[in-house]
Amino acid sequence: MANLFTANARDPWWKTQDWILNLSALSLSILGSVLVWTASAPELELYSQSETKLFVRQIGFLIVGLILAYIFSKAKYVLLRAYTPVLYVLGIIGLIVVLVPGVGVTVNGIQAWIGLPGGFTIQPAEFAKLTIVLGMSLVLSETQHRDEPPSFKQTIAAMALALLPVALIMLQPDLGTSFIILVTMFVMLIGAAVNARFLTSLAVLGSLGAIVLWLLPGVLAQWQKERLLVFLDPERDPTNFGYALLQVRLAIGSGGWDGFGLFNGPQTNGRFVPEQQTDYIFSAAGEQLGFIGSATIIALLFVIVWRAIRIAINTTDAFARITAVGLSGWIGFQAFQNIGMNLGIMPVTGVPLPFVSAGGTSMMALWIAIGLLQNVRNRHSE
Amino acid sequence: MNRIALTRILVLQVLLVSLFAVLLGRLYTFQIVRGDEILNQAADVRSREIIEPAVRGVIMDQAGRILVGNRATNVISVSKAELEQMPDDGEEVLRRLAPLLDLKLEDLKSKITICGEEGAKPPPVCWNGSRYQPIPVARDIDFDVAVKIMERRSEFPGVTAEVEQVRDFTKILGVNMAHVLGYLGPVSDNELSERAGTDRELQRTDLVGRAGLEAFYDDELRGTPGVTTLSVDRSMAILGVDSKTPSQPGDYLVLSIDAALQRVVEEELENAIFRAREQDYAGDSGAAVVVDVTNGQILAMASYPTYDPAIWLGGVTDAEYESLVSDEANAPLTSRAIQGLWAPASTFKVITTAAAAAANLPLGQTLYNCPSTIMIGDREMKNYESNSYGPITVSRALEVSCNTVFYQMGYDMWVRDGGLNPVESPKDPIEKMARQFGLGSPTGIDLPSESRGRVGGRQFKLDMFAEYKDLWCYRAEVGYPDVAKDDPERAAYLKLIAAENCVDGGIYRGGDAANLSIGQGDTVTTPLQMAMVYAAIANGGTVYEPRVVKAIVSADGKTVTNLKPKVKRKVKLSEVTQDYLMKSLKGVVENGTATFPFSGWPQGKIPVGAKTGSGQAGLDRDSTSWFATVAPINNPKYAVVMMVSQGGTGSLTSGPSVRKIYEAIYGVSGTNVNPKNSVLAQGKVATVLPNVDAAGTINFIAGTDVADKRLLKLYGSGN
Repeated sequence: MANLFTANARDPWWKTQDWILNLSALSLSILGSVLVWTASAPELELYSQSETKLFVRQIGFLIVGLILAYIFSKAKYVLLRAYTPVLYVLGIIGLIVVLVPGVGVTVNGIQAWIGLPGGFTIQPAEFAKLTIVLGMSLVLSETQHRDEPPSFKQTIAAMALALLPVALIMLQPDLGTSFIILVTMFVMLIGAAVNARFLTSLAVLGSLGAIVLWLLPGVLAQWQKERLLVFLDPERDPTNFGYALLQVRLAIGSGGWDGFGLFNGPQTNGRFVPEQQTDYIFSAAGEQLGFIGSATIIALLFVIVWRAIRIAINTTDAFARITAVGLSGWIGFQAFQNIGMNLGIMPVTGVPLPFVSAGGTSMMALWIAIGLLQNVRNRHSE
Repeated sequence: MNRIALTRILVLQVLLVSLFAVLLGRLYTFQIVRGDEILNQAADVRSREIIEPAVRGVIMDQAGRILVGNRATNVISVSKAELEQMPDDGEEVLRRLAPLLDLKLEDLKSKITICGEEGAKPPPVCWNGSRYQPIPVARDIDFDVAVKIMERRSEFPGVTAEVEQVRDFTKILGVNMAHVLGYLGPVSDNELSERAGTDRELQRTDLVGRAGLEAFYDDELRGTPGVTTLSVDRSMAILGVDSKTPSQPGDYLVLSIDAALQRVVEEELENAIFRAREQDYAGDSGAAVVVDVTNGQILAMASYPTYDPAIWLGGVTDAEYESLVSDEANAPLTSRAIQGLWAPASTFKVITTAAAAAANLPLGQTLYNCPSTIMIGDREMKNYESNSYGPITVSRALEVSCNTVFYQMGYDMWVRDGGLNPVESPKDPIEKMARQFGLGSPTGIDLPSESRGRVGGRQFKLDMFAEYKDLWCYRAEVGYPDVAKDDPERAAYLKLIAAENCVDGGIYRGGDAANLSIGQGDTVTTPLQMAMVYAAIANGGTVYEPRVVKAIVSADGKTVTNLKPKVKRKVKLSEVTQDYLMKSLKGVVENGTATFPFSGWPQGKIPVGAKTGSGQAGLDRDSTSWFATVAPINNPKYAVVMMVSQGGTGSLTSGPSVRKIYEAIYGVSGTNVNPKNSVLAQGKVATVLPNVDAAGTINFIAGTDVADKRLLKLYGSGN
């Protein structure tokens, strides 16, 4: 096994690490776990379960995540590239398996989870985000030795690597994750220096396509459209989709500068925000930690994404750079999408807040991303 | 290539910074800019208020006898919203319920019809509250019936039986007092929204005072409801108690009215009515007022016909409502004492006398001619039964109630003011004196909906002319075509009058002045207004604002607010004139029109002064019987005024009843005067307040038990 892991032989492992990135992600994960605790305790208590149940799980996933991050940060860079096709195929298999009736678990109308023994579930789409980034990077970086931007064929191939899993995810159907992947794909094409005119055409075509899909009958159900639009005016549907948004707004708005303090948020304790430990975890932060705490979460996410982009800038290796751009695009946009939804400026799509929301797969995938970022850091063409 | 890639990454960095800046900005807006607003909204979402109604204040008489208290009763309520969800709109349930409540099905349905909906009876028969609130349909239901309904819930869905606090009209000592006490009614939508958010906020289920003291002192009696604020979670489960304010019971009202005396006055008013009817007069209604002339406090006040104030409890049925508003019922809801208006007739002559003195007409021993008729303009005006007394003093003219003396006075003053060509600022002494005594304006009593009456003098003429000139002139032009169809003669007559009025309808004529001088014509007053006139004469010219309530005491007895007498006006009444008037009134009893009812009265011990009146109320109506009195002449304390509409003369109809009232006050039997026989505790108007202890228990003033016994001996329990 030892030959699988060699980092820089001259430096010890700890010296190869971007500790600002590591510590930001770690503190965000711990803060997130505590918020999950505060947000889930009232509901758990109601059903006579241990109020720390989700907190303990979240910490468990964090530990697993840290181990995975360590492994991926120490993996041999060449092997990483070599195994990327394998990882990608595994990701696709996961997305197919989850669609198999009886295997996939449906929550809130979306068949996105695979049940595991012990009450655990795994969400293949979260891992797919990783494998898509790696797969696309591999294809887009093929011409690096010629110091050329990706060819048209390469670009189309890379896009196909993203669109295939998106198609599978749309079958669940999970609009939110699909949208995150599409945006990540676009960010990667930008970062890979794909022809600007091509990107512009793609953006225009993509927008037109979205409008056509919206108008075409049978593509989106009415309830999906309602859900997408309700953020514009939550009062329009105060009992159904708008309800959560109204409660989220009340929770965040009542936080003021410093919030009610952890475990003291009346809106959180009163279970007014449904599913608060996942999609709406930011509202728990808003109410309990106020502007200071919520802005800190935004700042930590910013630092993580910023450091990831720094890694992209500092590397001379195209695969490393495009991977880092992809990971930062993923984390950055998902954070924006989630917080934006909580703040009523983005449509309601169920995506977790990176490192903060409850969810094992998301936590593990994100820490693998951190490990990958550390791995490709300071990586130069070999 | 690296250069392009770096530029691209720079673009991504800018994008990242802007997106996260947007998040921070939006967060700042939510939490800091709109923070307080959203915080309040959130607090509303998570809290529920439970309102515990306050116990309404007790109303007691001057001795501490409870006139209106509270009692628990079984109330049956029907949820309209629930009934409407049934396939037959709850018809079957109502059919089962009605007989249990001793109600007709239609009556039950009327009670739960929302006012304003199709087929709704006028309020208060219809339900004037919200359709989403259980509608009380019957109170004072037998415990057995309530249990039956609650045990067989499946047979009576939407019907509830609950114990509720309702007003308890004690009818202590047999008093009725409906017009003074008033009643409660459901709160209206308007009141709810008007008072929402103020410290006088009302609840959907509240009852508010609709008449009498219950209305006038609603705020004091209401108290403050207790509010428990609970924090609730999303499923409305209670998480905890945020705050709890106990309810503050309403204040107690201590009236200056004495229940025993009130009973006497009510009985004697009724006796006067019967006396009128025995003389073949219609005797349709009446009123009586006893007032303390030293401070304007009302000691008793009665109106006939009356009704049972408890009728409002649990909503009234059609038949019950009919009994309150039908023609035969003769408007029992109207308080004749403060709302009824009649010409004061000869009781007004004291004002004319005071005006004459103010106008420097000689009184004293100066003689005025009292012929049986005099000519005013082209009209012949007569004395009562065309009596003639020859030359007499004004005092004697009051004693025998000689109209012609006062006609002449009024006419002379009118002439002095220029007659038909009035001087620039006419003195109008009688009109001004009448206004000084408070006629033509509300007395300011602490009861709602008082009539103001009017003084039929020069000002009234001008006001009428200003208001109706256009109409009169229009009619003078086009006539009365509608009337002409059936009765062309009458139409022509009406047109002629309109033509006259159009030209000179505003002219104050000699006949008007003469009429005013004897309290006839356009002048009308309430019995209370006349009582206040006589009180002012007795006390030397002070017109008080009459008060029914003399103190407001908190339910724990700790805070006592005495309502101080309020002087409304000072009449310019010289001591000489006042003395002259008082002596004349005394003469009326001893040697004038009031001798009959006061024959054998111990006038030496308790000198009473009186003035009778027999008012003209219209061609087809019997005269109004007035009897206005003050006593004792040497040290005035009481003014008692009684009026019987279509009752005949003051002396024969009202007079004997007023005497009975004085007998009860002073403890007179035969010529014996014994304060121990008075119906007032200790034989006098109470000078102390009944004591309310910390638990809210009321202790009678000393001597109340003796007074009770005396009253019961004289008038029986009345129940």
